[in-house]
Amino acid sequence: MATLHTKSAARAMMAPAVIVLLIWMIVPLAMTLYFSTLNYTLYNPFSTPFVGFENYSYFLTDPTFLAALANTLVLVLGVLAITVGGGILIALLLDQDFYGVNIVRLLVIAPFFVMPTVAALVWKNMMMNPVYGVIGQLLQSIGLAPIDWMTDVPLLSIVIIVAWQWLPFATLILLTALQSLSMDQKEAAEMDGAKALSIFWYITLPHMSRAITVVILIQTIFLLSIYAEILVTTQGGPGSQSTNITYLVAQQATSYGDIGAASAGGIVAVILANIVAIFLVRLIGKNLDA
Amino acid sequence: MGQIHLEKVRKAFGDVVIIPELDLQIEDGEFVVFVGPSGCGKSTLLRLIAGLEDVTGGKIVIDGKDATTLPPAKRGLAMVFQSYALYPHMSVRKNIAFPLKMAGMDKAEIDKRVDYAAKTLNLDNYIDRRPGQLSGGQRQRVAIGRAIVREPEAFLFDEPLSNLDAALRVGMRLEISELHQRLKTTMIYVTHDQVEAMTMADKIVVLRAGNIEQVGSPLELYLHPRNTFVAGFIGSPKMNLLGGNEAAKYQAATMGVRPEHIRLSTADGAWKGTVKVSEHLGSDTFLHVESPVHDEPLTVRAGGEFPVHAGDVVYLTPEPDKVHRFDDKGLAMKGNGRAIG
Amino acid sequence: MARNVTKGRKIGTTILAWFVGLVIFFPILWTFLTSFKTELQAISIPPVFVGFDWTLENYATIQTQSNYFHFMANSIYLSLGSTALGLIFAIPAAWAMAFSPTKRTKDVLLWMLSTKMLPAVGVLIPVYLMFIRFGLLDSRLGLIVVLFLINLPIIVWMLYTYFKEIPGEILEAARMDGASLRKEITQVLAPMAVPGIASTILLNVILSWNEAFWTLNLTTSNAAPLTAFIASFSSPQGNFYAKLSAASMLAIAPILIVGWFSQKQLVRGLTFGAVK
Ligand SMILES: Nc1ncnc2c1ncn2[C@@H]1O[C@H](COP(=O)(O)OP(=O)(O)OP(=O)(O)O)[C@@H](O)[C@H]1O
Ligand SMILES: [Mg+2]
Repeated sequence: MATLHTKSAARAMMAPAVIVLLIWMIVPLAMTLYFSTLNYTLYNPFSTPFVGFENYSYFLTDPTFLAALANTLVLVLGVLAITVGGGILIALLLDQDFYGVNIVRLLVIAPFFVMPTVAALVWKNMMMNPVYGVIGQLLQSIGLAPIDWMTDVPLLSIVIIVAWQWLPFATLILLTALQSLSMDQKEAAEMDGAKALSIFWYITLPHMSRAITVVILIQTIFLLSIYAEILVTTQGGPGSQSTNITYLVAQQATSYGDIGAASAGGIVAVILANIVAIFLVRLIGKNLDA
Repeated sequence: MGQIHLEKVRKAFGDVVIIPELDLQIEDGEFVVFVGPSGCGKSTLLRLIAGLEDVTGGKIVIDGKDATTLPPAKRGLAMVFQSYALYPHMSVRKNIAFPLKMAGMDKAEIDKRVDYAAKTLNLDNYIDRRPGQLSGGQRQRVAIGRAIVREPEAFLFDEPLSNLDAALRVGMRLEISELHQRLKTTMIYVTHDQVEAMTMADKIVVLRAGNIEQVGSPLELYLHPRNTFVAGFIGSPKMNLLGGNEAAKYQAATMGVRPEHIRLSTADGAWKGTVKVSEHLGSDTFLHVESPVHDEPLTVRAGGEFPVHAGDVVYLTPEPDKVHRFDDKGLAMKGNGRAIG
Repeated sequence: MARNVTKGRKIGTTILAWFVGLVIFFPILWTFLTSFKTELQAISIPPVFVGFDWTLENYATIQTQSNYFHFMANSIYLSLGSTALGLIFAIPAAWAMAFSPTKRTKDVLLWMLSTKMLPAVGVLIPVYLMFIRFGLLDSRLGLIVVLFLINLPIIVWMLYTYFKEIPGEILEAARMDGASLRKEITQVLAPMAVPGIASTILLNVILSWNEAFWTLNLTTSNAAPLTAFIASFSSPQGNFYAKLSAASMLAIAPILIVGWFSQKQLVRGLTFGAVK
């Protein structure tokens, strides 16, 4: 296979993809890094003095940033907890034999295909609206007071919306992993006298552990960049109660025109994402050899 | 014509040298078998000849022409792969026709040749099926069909029968031998299987770590192994190789005697031992005998119904004119030597 | 999983599973129903489930009032354009990595993956400024390029995992049979790769269709796709639930159907082959 001819051809075929990605990664990142050291606003783009780490100290000491950091963590961890926990349970359920398995499967994975803006608006208006929303009316019908979700619990609302979108992803992947578990193993365990719960604990869960790791890592990458769901529901508010880092940085640039601060924020986000990325790349790299 | 000469051929993957330097002459019409332990470079050597890998050094001459840098298709060789490598999206007919189509042959001629190949290989009934709908043996035949329609200068086979079950293997072995009788085209055949090598080959090439240990007809290799490696590799079950005292009796560093060249007695003989395992194959019985003269059990062939059991005491005597002697470098020495004492 | 379970247990599971499925699906179902109601029925208390006068009015209004098809066309342009561009770059790259791997192939693949993990905000500012500078803001071309770049790693990976499954010996056989590189690709590789390429296209269309960071930040109206169109409903005037629902259904229906058909490939693409 590997003759000289094919090798140089191979290099030529890889080059375009590698080069465009290299440019896409390095040029803007270098520029972001550069901008983050300037006092640069869109209102006065012609005077951009060098200010060193000032943008970072401004950004990092801004109470909004700290709130956004905390919100980001709550958002990521909250959604992960719901989707992984729920995903395992639903995957176990869908792995059973029942009437209409395939249709239920379709129902369960459907939210994943709903675009973020639609998901957010549907939930905000038709589910969570305190007066007309289905949830409000449901609560009222059993005699409870409706909740003004977007005002009273903005972050929780966003967690719920995002979790709804990602639950199918977790379920689908965990179900795929579950179905690759051979019947033999479970039967062997049954022969050994294991009860259903211990089979789950000692056989099924370890078998799924890799898929769970993959779900956690990949979702984290996407969850760190949640944006549209916030934009069309709470716009980060009230105050900064539901602002995450992505939203904060985008807002700094497109609303306030503060390029310097936004760039510093962008770099911070890159660093955070990298911490996760290192684990993910390692994991998938190991998988490549297998 | 199908004459292939390798001159000082070398192959390395990066820094790892797989074939140090190798010369080999394959004459027109020969059936040459490459054997050797796993990982010794048999497939690599075949792929170098095919042009699927570049040589690191040396020359490959096919029919007098330097083919070292020719692409695979230009070498006039056909290859049958271990996995058959059939095109899964094409019918049997299309698979067999593919090389002809690539050569730009006209439709009528292609059909004629494909039909002929299908008939000789008993594939007529499956001609419109896809490879996925065929059994292993049928797939193997399609792969061979695809190779023969091109009328190549030589066929290259890389362990073509290793994916078949034992019965089919025997059948296909005969078919390939017959094919060779009929076509008289050069064939190079890689195998692990002793029996395939011994029965099919005009010439066996024994490889070890990319080096040729010996080249010769099956009988030559059996009768006159050049060194202990070939002695141990050719012949089944393996030759018994003994060092130390026993070898010294024959003025050698190592003495060897094949299981079929040991006389067995329950009364007396040169080596006393205890039967550990006896394998009754019907026509033959192989005994594994533990004896103080050697730290591994000795293998002995007994007649079909030789009445011994595990635990019995037996006496073994090597037939003196069938003893092989090797010097301290493992190379064969002339003559059978004479046992002292 | 089909084992002999008792009938009773199977019925119990059926009820539970359908309940869970319907709860999860409910927001979509509700949106679907609401899209056929009048605005008044859409906010009636208590809500009506199916006993309303079904109307197609909202779908008609959406088109006449908001130029819905303009946004729809943009979504199609963007997702197909970025996918096509992605394939042009990714097919040769994935082909080379799968069939002529070198020591560095694995590193290149992992590096590509790591670019996918670069958060968008890390590069938003320069891209935004460059778009302003070159007049690409709110242009389809600019957005196609960005979507192409953010999805390129996934396309390469997906194709790579599919190509890897094509045995190299078959391509070698083609080479022995005298196929030129072009014939080898068009007559042997391509037919075998079609299913993998098709799944890759599906996944990439889904991802581009639903992308809602760059499409929201880099467009205003001219190049705005459905994500941005729907976002414009976030500050509504007057009665709008039914119309929002109709617009939403139109925006998600095509992708929902595509998605339902490509569940399996989705798992593989989204986990970079780590779960198949
Ligand atoms: N593309 C490659 N890159 C690096 N090393 C290789 C490559 N192909 C083969 N090798 C190495 O070359 C050696 C010889 O391999 P080869 O496949 O020729 O062995 P073989 O004799 O055919 O073995 P087997 O009987 O198991 O098929 C092995 O050690 C193998 O690991
Ligand atoms: Mg081999």
